[in-house]
Amino acid sequence: MIPEFGLFALIMALLLSMTTVILPILTRSSISEASQIKINASVVLGQACFILLSFVTLVFCFVQDDFSVRYVAQNANTYLPFMYKLTAIWGAHEGSLLLWSFILALWMVAVLFVAKAIPGKVKMTVLTILSCIQTGLLMIILKTSNPFIRILPFFPQDGADLNPLLQDPAFIMHPPFLYLGYVGFAVPFAFALAECLLKKMDYPWASWARPFALSALGFLTIGITLGSWWAYYELGWGGWWFWDPVENASLMPWIVGVALIHMLWVSAKEDLFRTWRLSLAIFTFILSLMGTFLVRSGILSSVHAFSSSPERGIAILGFLSIVVVISLGLLSHLRGEQKQAFVLSPWSKASTILLGNVLLIAATLSILLGTLYPIISQLIWQKSLSVGPPYFNTVLLPMLFMILILMSVAVHLKWQQAPDFLKVRKYSVSLLLACVTVLMLINLTSLSFVAALAFTLALYLIISTLMFIHKPQKIGMIVAHIGIAIFVMGIVFVSSWQIEKEFAMQLGQTVEVEGFNFTFNQLQEIKGSNFEGTRGTFTIYKDNQLITQLFPEKRFFIAREQAMTETAIHSHLMRDFYVALGEPLDNGAWSVRFYIKPFIRFIWLGGMMVALAAFFAAIRSRCIKEKRVASYEIDRFA
Amino acid sequence: MLTRLHRKRLFLIFTLVGGVSLAVALILYAFTQNINLFYTPTQCVETKVPQHKTIRVGGMVVKGSFKRLDDLKVEFIVTDFNQEIPIYYQGILPDLFKEGQGIVALGKLDEHNRFVASQVLAKHDEKYMPPEITASLKTRS
Repeated sequence: MIPEFGLFALIMALLLSMTTVILPILTRSSISEASQIKINASVVLGQACFILLSFVTLVFCFVQDDFSVRYVAQNANTYLPFMYKLTAIWGAHEGSLLLWSFILALWMVAVLFVAKAIPGKVKMTVLTILSCIQTGLLMIILKTSNPFIRILPFFPQDGADLNPLLQDPAFIMHPPFLYLGYVGFAVPFAFALAECLLKKMDYPWASWARPFALSALGFLTIGITLGSWWAYYELGWGGWWFWDPVENASLMPWIVGVALIHMLWVSAKEDLFRTWRLSLAIFTFILSLMGTFLVRSGILSSVHAFSSSPERGIAILGFLSIVVVISLGLLSHLRGEQKQAFVLSPWSKASTILLGNVLLIAATLSILLGTLYPIISQLIWQKSLSVGPPYFNTVLLPMLFMILILMSVAVHLKWQQAPDFLKVRKYSVSLLLACVTVLMLINLTSLSFVAALAFTLALYLIISTLMFIHKPQKIGMIVAHIGIAIFVMGIVFVSSWQIEKEFAMQLGQTVEVEGFNFTFNQLQEIKGSNFEGTRGTFTIYKDNQLITQLFPEKRFFIAREQAMTETAIHSHLMRDFYVALGEPLDNGAWSVRFYIKPFIRFIWLGGMMVALAAFFAAIRSRCIKEKRVASYEIDRFA
Repeated sequence: MLTRLHRKRLFLIFTLVGGVSLAVALILYAFTQNINLFYTPTQCVETKVPQHKTIRVGGMVVKGSFKRLDDLKVEFIVTDFNQEIPIYYQGILPDLFKEGQGIVALGKLDEHNRFVASQVLAKHDEKYMPPEITASLKTRS
């Protein structure tokens, strides 16, 4: 009975979200606008409650080990630890879509309650647009990916277990944060469409959408950072980014999202670049949807390899094309005068932000080319190919450099006018200093030219940003930009100085790597609730001083008959020691990976700083916005 | 006569167009340099496949063909049930690597028509077969 209850709740949620869409059309003239807004709010709340109910039901099925439910049988097992039973829900396709829909409901509730300053009519339009998305998604779930389908009457006695790669603490948090980000971009998207529909040019649209865009970006940043960290220690090759299509699918909305929040900031100050800002909001959400489509359709051959039926892919693709057509149609119908009372100097802050935007879009398009071209070539020419990581590195590096320079310079520029000559001279002097730094770094350290340049630009950015430390209203920008600089420094150090060695080691054997004595001490059998395996003991000494003892494991998951490497990492802000067991060799030895990764933590530290800054700016901009909207309302009615 | 403003704008437009076309040209060049085509073992053996260019080869690992050489070197044979090709690799294989299972290797073909892999990918599923192999099996039968 319980799974059917969840299905019923899901159907109810669909009916309610359809009501939100249809009601304003049916009751256009018969009910006053005020009561329409009230009905809209309560229906949205009801819809959210039913989705929550359906979600909780699925959790309950997992906790109860109800293997008559197909989704539970495919993704859980009696011996799966309790924590992973709770999170196995988003381990595969059906549950992920349900999570998507649940998070969309959360964002709708957030729009309902958080944005108090927004006029009721606008809020209703935004919620109706979000309900359209919710309706489409729930239809897809019910039609192609119902998580409550039962295997009756002969259901399996035990489940197939959760994919061992996903049995990990970081993975518990990775998909929810990623989806909070992806789905969060639906809110600025809905604001953009509402702007096209309502055509109220004098509303402060940008400042309304900004806190939502910022928090979505913050969540997406955390999601991507967690994913990168998880790949680093769980996949067992010590890489933190692979230019895998699924990773690219999450990076593209992030980059356009960054462009969007900057544009929203410009627009909140001055009514500039309206069409560009609206296009960005639409583009970001379309890329988020595409990310879901790419990951969930099984169209990509990638390490993430989620298998799926083509029916689902077509359903999501159909949904995606409807969203694209409608939103672009609405955008093209937007006509309104934009005031263009002044001439922008190309050396002003507004134009440098626009230039930065262009660079970010160019970066996104080049990633899009590398990600989609294999699919297109497969579909059109039946030619199978892949695009190698060197493509992404060579193309994106110059763009990253230009963006770093823009970030350092733009913060010091005037809003619309060119800077005065004295300032230009100051820039030239500091740039000259930077060039000297690059040359010194190349001569003194083992850094290559590109690495030295990247490090110098990052350092330049930090110094240039810290000049604003006395301005508390800029704290979000300062933290985020320094976060980016730290991230870049992390990449520079890891890629220049990392040591990756693989050995065949006998028990008791010691090898020396860069002055570190690395010993294979012990090997013992271990047993977990749903796996058995081997644990090695390794010690790392330097100058007879014990640095650390590490216990990498090789686990064998019984239900899935799958081997898994559990790496052991001694982490420190400055340097990681990374040990992973390979495989037993013929003569009793084991193949072992021993990596030293200097400053790799900087990469994720930078990501976390950006996320924190985004949340901070979201809260701040909300406060400012409420003040400004209040004054705007006064202006209007005075 | 062009005014100063016009000249300025013209200059701006030319720089923009020039910059954009240069960027696009460079991106497309980097792109074409980094495309790794997929070949089946049959294509590797029967047709001319460029040597010393990074390609991908996929197929099923032949049972009993896996051999360990010294210094973490391994050798195994991959088949598409029509032709076979030996693959050499140095390093640690992925957890999911098993004989009788589908894999995809990235690397280069040497002059003796042996494939020297720099990366071996295996899939999460023991029933997995690279889609290209499934497709070529279908077209043959």
